[in-house]
Amino acid sequence: MTKQLLTLNVNGESRTVAAEPHHTLLEVLREELQLTGTKHGCELGECGACTVLVDGVAVLSCLTLPMQVGDAIVTTVEGLADAGAGAPGREARKLHPLQTAFAEEGAAQCGYCTPGMLMSAKALLDGNPSPTRDDMAQAISGNLCRCTGYTAIYEAIDSAARMARGG
Amino acid sequence: MAELSVLGKRLPKVNSWAHLTGSAKYADDLFLPRMLYGRLLRSTQAHARITKLDVSRALAHPGVVAIVTGPDMPETIGIMPSVQDETALAIDRVRYVGEPVAAIAAIDEDTAFEAMSLIDVEYDPLPPILTIEDALREDLPKIHEKSRRANIFKEVHLSFGDLDAGFASADHMRDDWFFFEGNTHAPIESHSAVASFEGDGKLTIWTCTQVPHYLHRELEKALGLPRAKIRVVATPSGGGFGGKSDPFAHEFAACLLSMRTKRPVKITLDREEVFYAHRGRHPVKMRIKTGVKQDGEITAVHFQSWLDGGAYSSYGIATTYYTGALMTVTYRIPAYKFDGVRVYTNKPPCGPKRGHGTTQPRYALECQLDKIAVDLGFDALEYRKRILQPANSRTVNELRITSMGLGQCLDELGAKTKYSERHGQLPRGKGVGIAGSAYISGAGLPIYWNEMPHSGATVKLDRGGGVTVYCGTAEIGQGSDNMLASVAAECLGVRPEDVHVVSGDTSLAPVDLGSYSSRVTFMAGNAVKDAAWKLREWLLDAASERLAIPRECLVPADRRITDLRDPEQFVTFDDAVVLAEAKHGTLSAAGSYRPPQGIGGGYKGAGVGPSPAYSFQASVAEVSVDLETGVVTVDRITTAHDCGRALSPANVEGQIEGSAYMGYGEIMGEEQVFRGGLHKKPSLLDYKIPTSLDTPELEAIIVETIDKEGPFGAKEAGEGPLNSVIPAIANAVYDAIGVRFDETPITADKVLAALGKRDNRGMPKDRIGPEGMGDGQEAANAALRRLSFTTEAREKKKANA
Ligand code: FES
Ligand code: FES
Repeated sequence: MTKQLLTLNVNGESRTVAAEPHHTLLEVLREELQLTGTKHGCELGECGACTVLVDGVAVLSCLTLPMQVGDAIVTTVEGLADAGAGAPGREARKLHPLQTAFAEEGAAQCGYCTPGMLMSAKALLDGNPSPTRDDMAQAISGNLCRCTGYTAIYEAIDSAARMARGG
Repeated sequence: MAELSVLGKRLPKVNSWAHLTGSAKYADDLFLPRMLYGRLLRSTQAHARITKLDVSRALAHPGVVAIVTGPDMPETIGIMPSVQDETALAIDRVRYVGEPVAAIAAIDEDTAFEAMSLIDVEYDPLPPILTIEDALREDLPKIHEKSRRANIFKEVHLSFGDLDAGFASADHMRDDWFFFEGNTHAPIESHSAVASFEGDGKLTIWTCTQVPHYLHRELEKALGLPRAKIRVVATPSGGGFGGKSDPFAHEFAACLLSMRTKRPVKITLDREEVFYAHRGRHPVKMRIKTGVKQDGEITAVHFQSWLDGGAYSSYGIATTYYTGALMTVTYRIPAYKFDGVRVYTNKPPCGPKRGHGTTQPRYALECQLDKIAVDLGFDALEYRKRILQPANSRTVNELRITSMGLGQCLDELGAKTKYSERHGQLPRGKGVGIAGSAYISGAGLPIYWNEMPHSGATVKLDRGGGVTVYCGTAEIGQGSDNMLASVAAECLGVRPEDVHVVSGDTSLAPVDLGSYSSRVTFMAGNAVKDAAWKLREWLLDAASERLAIPRECLVPADRRITDLRDPEQFVTFDDAVVLAEAKHGTLSAAGSYRPPQGIGGGYKGAGVGPSPAYSFQASVAEVSVDLETGVVTVDRITTAHDCGRALSPANVEGQIEGSAYMGYGEIMGEEQVFRGGLHKKPSLLDYKIPTSLDTPELEAIIVETIDKEGPFGAKEAGEGPLNSVIPAIANAVYDAIGVRFDETPITADKVLAALGKRDNRGMPKDRIGPEGMGDGQEAANAALRRLSFTTEAREKKKANA
């Protein structure tokens, strides 16, 4: 199949790539844009590893066609830390509180579910700065983690929420 | 020993940052110039002869660059050298649905996928053998011609102490059957490998293997390329759990395709393929006969296991022995007999999954102990405490026990969960259950016989004060890179985040046997400590000389070597490195670890079970059973685990919680089950691994016993805690509704059947589980009788001789 030109707004950059129209957002991010931080565990919408944000909403990139995205803003794990990375005169990238908290709480073991988990957690915190345990469980219920039993992930989201609230 | 400055602290893992920013490079994240994409064509038949395999149409398809088939790699391969029975790709015959038959390399994945349908393959079907009972029948075709009787892969019989006398002296006997259903690892990352054969005749493979060293050996054999020309790099793994510890078809195929095309080749399995690649938990049927005195003291145990091994051997010899070997390490057993049989069936091969071979019998034993406690009117927690195998002892099967913290685990659990106060006292539908268990901190013997170290490490210091650790360990999410950095940092007095870790690379790092059998912290930890300690001595010498202070007074910590008595007197780490290098030359030291001799017996079969140290753990599960729907909700699981010393407490807790989670999934619904050789649930939608909404509250309690041989006292933490969770849940369900679940998984359907509510005619039952072998199949029972008859005859002959 012939490739078509496509412009995506990803992590604050406008990127034009040639991609086959039936390829998913996941494939385009990973294979055309080298944004391999976004993972895949099934490519069938079953595991949540491929979760990215589209205009702030957590979506499964393996079930999303880039065409559907249009000029919406796509955020992947690579864009989670403060943007403006490496620009002259800027301090080093500031990690998002979720990244710091996940590290401190040991919420990433193999780390493979982590990018998707982080994006689901960010969507949650952006809409609800003080989530309960139930809110968290609901928000990440589409993100399978085979390593942690989710306990440390709840603790990390909770701690990030407190950090973000300045507590 | 002075206070530890790094170990035991709650510090972020050194590799967290890569995971959290998306920069960690897993195998499928690698894209090399000119790379081709491969796919495996898999058998659609459970058991058949291949009568035709013609790849010419596929090869002619535009974009297809190369195809390889079984005869291209005729050598037999497999993880255990003594029982290799498979080839990289099937030759002439297929033995399970999903067995790889051919591999295609094409310019992109879509093309490789299209070309699969252009391979002409025809099969002549043979009758598939799908159950343990059928595999024991002598009148069905053999899956492997090598099987001497029926489709038996391995049969083992071990006997210790005087069994007859033990049973004769018992006041009370129990004889129970159990069945543990098979299940699979389901890591979120599917298997992936990238191979690149370069112009200099050297081959590199990046793959998410747990066993780079063993893979290295098998690649040499299958590819006919000397090992010196092959480099295996274990990429960070997105979950292993034992599922990536065999050499796999896609690894061999990617390598051979790269050698043929002189281009890099990537093969990544899709989710359905991962279910067929399997090598997971064996379905096991079990019988335990146990005699006890009136006071509960065990007098004898006879344990029998029948393992459904699937189509190939994998780790099957070890698995078979493991079903029997560790039964003796937790509670005193003066006489013990073990009979194990592993059979071949036409299903994906089973192998090691977290708790390898010990999970199923531990479930059976701990459920039976719960029954004995009820029979004799004991509190199940106190009862276990009374019959503990002591620390610093030998078991009846000659395993050396060193540190042993099961008693402390039970105490901690009792205090935390109020088990004894609540058990038997909760309203109908609510229950609490307990169980204990144990696991090895690494196998005492390697997979192939040799006298070399099980783990080696080198540590290098550079003039800028940098520290680099090289060790062949595979980071599979268990935190091995962090462990290496932390142990080196502790020895040298730097911070873990200052340490560079080069792991899992057969060219750059000394051999470590791999991430299996929970061996890495104990063995690689000791190896890196050995190496780093040598450098520490040089640094202390240098500092002592510079400060004119005796070296006994100096301690390295926080990048300084300081006088214990006067913190103002110090040399910085960086200065000490320069002084030491000036004196000794380049600062690099190697260390290694090999388990001590004499930790097991000398009998045939004694190789499986010995370990330099055992971890111990116990769990309490709290459940609610809906008496109308049969739905079982596990409300909370509390697990106390003796890990020797928690080098990284957050990681240890993570391993305990993750194990509890996985055990919960195994008993509450995960099943690797087949219909006519076809997997019934080969997707993450159907094979229900617990989501955040399913998972109970998990609590981890760390118990420390400071093992005298472990690195800074540490033992394993990654596998044992899975074992105790499963029987704890079954025992809790009994407490809730008075029904014994002597088979897994516990589903709502079975609960309803037990409550007599599945249909109008239902009669309540007090037990769900097998009645014996064969479920009424006469032929299988006869085969079994013959088997035990010949076994006994053989043993008598041995005894008389
Ligand atoms: S890869 Fe998208 S949900 Fe699994
Ligand atoms: S950390 Fe491994 S899958 Fe979540």
